[in-house]
Amino acid sequence: MHAASIPVIEFRDVSYNVAGTQVLSGFNLQVQSGETLVLLGRSGSGKTTSLKLVNRLLSPTSGEICVKGVSNGQGDVIRLRRSIGYVIQDVGLFPHFTVARNIGLVPKIEGWSADRVRARTEELLQTVGLSAEIASRYPHQLSGGQRQRVGVARALAANPEILLMDEPFGALDPLTRDELQREFLLLQQRLHKTVVFVTHDLREAVRLGSRIALMEAGRLVTVLAPKEFLRSADPLASAYVRAFGEGLESAANRGTA
Amino acid sequence: MNVFRFIWHNHVQVLELTLEHLRLVGLSTLLAMVIGIPLGIVIAHRPRFNKPVLASANIIQTIPSLALFGFLLPVPWLGERSDRLAILALTLYALLPIIRNTYTGIRGVDPAVVEAGRGMGLTESQLLFQVELPLAVSVILSGVRVAIVISVGLATIAAAIGAGGLGEFIFRGLAMVDDRVILAGAIPAAILALVADFGVGWLERRLQPR
Repeated sequence: MHAASIPVIEFRDVSYNVAGTQVLSGFNLQVQSGETLVLLGRSGSGKTTSLKLVNRLLSPTSGEICVKGVSNGQGDVIRLRRSIGYVIQDVGLFPHFTVARNIGLVPKIEGWSADRVRARTEELLQTVGLSAEIASRYPHQLSGGQRQRVGVARALAANPEILLMDEPFGALDPLTRDELQREFLLLQQRLHKTVVFVTHDLREAVRLGSRIALMEAGRLVTVLAPKEFLRSADPLASAYVRAFGEGLESAANRGTA
Repeated sequence: MNVFRFIWHNHVQVLELTLEHLRLVGLSTLLAMVIGIPLGIVIAHRPRFNKPVLASANIIQTIPSLALFGFLLPVPWLGERSDRLAILALTLYALLPIIRNTYTGIRGVDPAVVEAGRGMGLTESQLLFQVELPLAVSVILSGVRVAIVISVGLATIAAAIGAGGLGEFIFRGLAMVDDRVILAGAIPAAILALVADFGVGWLERRLQPR
């Protein structure tokens, strides 16, 4: 890790309370340029909250989040959000817009010319492995996998440096999920975005992450590279490894019996 | 038939009263939209105001129309001209379906879509005009449709305070105990309601998001 470079995203002693409940407390984390940091944890551990603090969909109760060295509470929140790609599990494509308009929306409101928006849309459809003829379709005419690809393309549209992904492949069938995970890795090799990726699936975390941040009850337990994670003596980390390992084994046993 | 012969003989007056009727309904619906749609948007975004606003509109709805006309009669500027008064009363009645449907339509937009939009960096007004309103438009229009149909019926009562409209025939017919005269008001009113219902319904389907 380059100790001298400024982290792209930095949580500084962040807490977040809602209605008297502490969702996040004493949270410190740095995300380096070009890495895929996976936030791993069970439901309610504060993963999604952490993600929404980055693009300021939520504001911290205390502490601050710095994006490229600047506290994200200062300055224009709209600018901040347009410089960060955001992909969620439910995708949230605009149902009344065609695929092309969905992808081109941010570039368009950023004042790009129509030609440039069209060229960018075509390029992105290719990037996420969709054919160009899909551009004129509406979201309800797409499969779940296609929809999520469009979601990724839309997040990449204005060429953001940072990508926030909240269980983007969680609602997909296993085969499609596997395909999209593989393509994500290929994409990341080319684009080198700084990615924060939320999941509760250890297998996905190990496969996609350059580092895994394990969360539990609003706290950061540990941050480890995938290989370290699998050998970790940390009780929670090893519980995760056991849960996924045993799950795999018993499933395989049932198959051969 | 007698009724149609009567209408034919008096077609100038039928037409005149129909136009008056249309004016009452049109102006009041327009006013109710100008007030009701923004109000519906506000309460959809600020749930705190939702109960008081919907409750007020509900209470207005429960006031018998003849009584409301009567209450408003002594109000200075309004009482001077009975058509002003009728338009205001009809506007008040049209508010509830329009506010309620705007509220329901906006609240019905998939939260994931709104969250994605906000996360992408749409401003609140871009979110409203490009996402929420287009997705809610058919629900809002169905509220307008209900408001118009109610108004066409209610506006016949406006004749009781001298505001004109097709109610004139109805009240006159009642006084003369003559069915033909009553129907000369009631039939065009029913046709107006049906045409408006069909027309706005068509618009509603055309603007329906996919």
